[in-house]
Amino acid sequence: MPILKTENINKFFHEPNEFQVLKDISFEVRRGELLTLMGKSGCGKSTLLYILSTMDRDYTGNLFIDNQLMNNLSIDELAAIRNEKIGFVFQFHYLLGEFSCLKNVMIPALKLGKYSTEEIEARAYEKLRVLGIEDQALKPASKLSGGQQQRVAIARALINDPLIIMGDEPTGNLDSKNTDIVFNIFRELADEYGQTIIAVTHDDDFAKKSDRIVEMIDGMILK
Amino acid sequence: MNINTDIAKTYILVDKRQTAVAAIGVLLGMAVYIFMNSLMLALDRSSTAVIFKNNAHIRVYKDDKISKELVSDSKTKYLITNPKVAPKSNTIINPNLVTETILKNKNVTVVTPQVNSSVFYNNGKSQISGMAVGVKPAEANAMYDINSSIVDGNFESLASNPNGIVIGVGISSKMNLAVGNNINITSAKGVNRTFKVIAIFRSNVKALDETKSYINLASAQQLQKEGPLYITDISVNIKNPDEAEAIGEEITQLTGYKAQSWQEANNSIVTGNKMRRIVSGLISYLILLVAGFGIYNILNMTVNQKINDIAILKAMGFKGKDVIRIFVTQALTIGIIGVIGGVILAAILINTLKHIHVGGDIGYFPIEYDFTVFIRGIIFGLIITFFAGYFPARKAARVDPVDIFRR
Repeated sequence: MPILKTENINKFFHEPNEFQVLKDISFEVRRGELLTLMGKSGCGKSTLLYILSTMDRDYTGNLFIDNQLMNNLSIDELAAIRNEKIGFVFQFHYLLGEFSCLKNVMIPALKLGKYSTEEIEARAYEKLRVLGIEDQALKPASKLSGGQQQRVAIARALINDPLIIMGDEPTGNLDSKNTDIVFNIFRELADEYGQTIIAVTHDDDFAKKSDRIVEMIDGMILK
Repeated sequence: MNINTDIAKTYILVDKRQTAVAAIGVLLGMAVYIFMNSLMLALDRSSTAVIFKNNAHIRVYKDDKISKELVSDSKTKYLITNPKVAPKSNTIINPNLVTETILKNKNVTVVTPQVNSSVFYNNGKSQISGMAVGVKPAEANAMYDINSSIVDGNFESLASNPNGIVIGVGISSKMNLAVGNNINITSAKGVNRTFKVIAIFRSNVKALDETKSYINLASAQQLQKEGPLYITDISVNIKNPDEAEAIGEEITQLTGYKAQSWQEANNSIVTGNKMRRIVSGLISYLILLVAGFGIYNILNMTVNQKINDIAILKAMGFKGKDVIRIFVTQALTIGIIGVIGGVILAAILINTLKHIHVGGDIGYFPIEYDFTVFIRGIIFGLIITFFAGYFPARKAARVDPVDIFRR
């Protein structure tokens, strides 16, 4: 049973010249899979990830997440799906600098509104503890080191127990020690909690340890 | 607390200086708005108060009419080719019936008959021409509040003193008359009579203080060589002076006599007030609008600074309307702080100025609290801050996170 499926996804860039970035992308991702998307710069892997994340709606073809067709949903409906089912980890952590780490982790859950604020706080502490940065919880996000910030970002991606976690070079900015930590966390999430991870990466070591590598060349998937 | 509000609160508190600058802008705009409008209102009221000291809300009198042609059919020849104004008599026929008719109108509060006669005041060799107004003292006082403008003597004793006269302060000083002195009056009809000064009034209108006097209705009728049914004017006061024109129209329809509203009689003052109101209203609204632009600018800057935050919030599932709510909340918070401060500042300003004596005819600085001015200012201030926040917020809501992440 695939958690995510694409059928013949095509995408064009119109500026500055007409250019086809993605050509007939069709693939499936199983639940609990740790999948890496690899390829040279400009091959379209980030573009594909943004389409999979539902943020980019300008494409043709079909995208199914959790067996639901995404194409004809409104922006607001897609936002609600992202909030509930998808977690993001970016290369640059993109934390809200004015908020504490704890608050950063709590924000998606407060938005979802499934639990009370007290429960969300407890859950956020739990995620931070799992990631080993519980002691940094009340510091402003901007005061942490890069590795710590990335772990806060991961905790934030996890707070709503999403079906899929998407990473755009999640370890791109980290040293090998922190890269290992992040990879191990992903591994554990996939194996123990059955969460699916799709990560774009340039890191061969990281990719080799994943369940499956999808390699892209010139907007196509290399089988 | 809602997460949108929470984020808005954090943004407000992070840059306190910016928030304060925007709020002070609103505060000053608000204070000036309320202050100017309160001032205008008080000036209006004090100028109409001066008018109502000497004018009834509606004056009913017999107007000279131009002769009508006897045949109105345009095909036939006119029987009168050169119509002239033909004054018959300036009295109101059957004044008691007219008074009763007017009193039936629910909006009317006071109706009093009046006889105006042009006279000469004589004292020794000095002579002043002027107007002696014959009134029923109690009713006239109810209408013009003459008691409050009396500087010497007692107006009410006019009723019990058929030979009494109440003169303006200008006549008193020109003729060196004090309460208790006698004054000789010659009417246009040639009647000569001596009155005793029982009170002196100051209306703060120099032209009136130097010419006007009040006498009993009966004395005025005698000066005109007429009987008790001779009435030239009927003065009417109504509940709401602003409705004078409409009610005057009704009275004309009912009685057939000309009913002149105070607005018509004091046209230049009324239009002057109106112009002043328009100009000051416009300026005060514009000042508030400028304060709105302050908020707009600052929020626009915030949106640009926080564009990464907005992108990540949208990636995490915040909808466009959540983003709008965050920034509109921020704008409204600044607006509410500014409005509260502005109301307080305006109240302090008004309270201080109220107690400053500027002298002259005006006395204390003409400014007063008016509930509706405050309410109007608050509502308008909040509407402006809402829109000043809404436009930058809409821009933020349109941010495409993919564009930001691709940079």
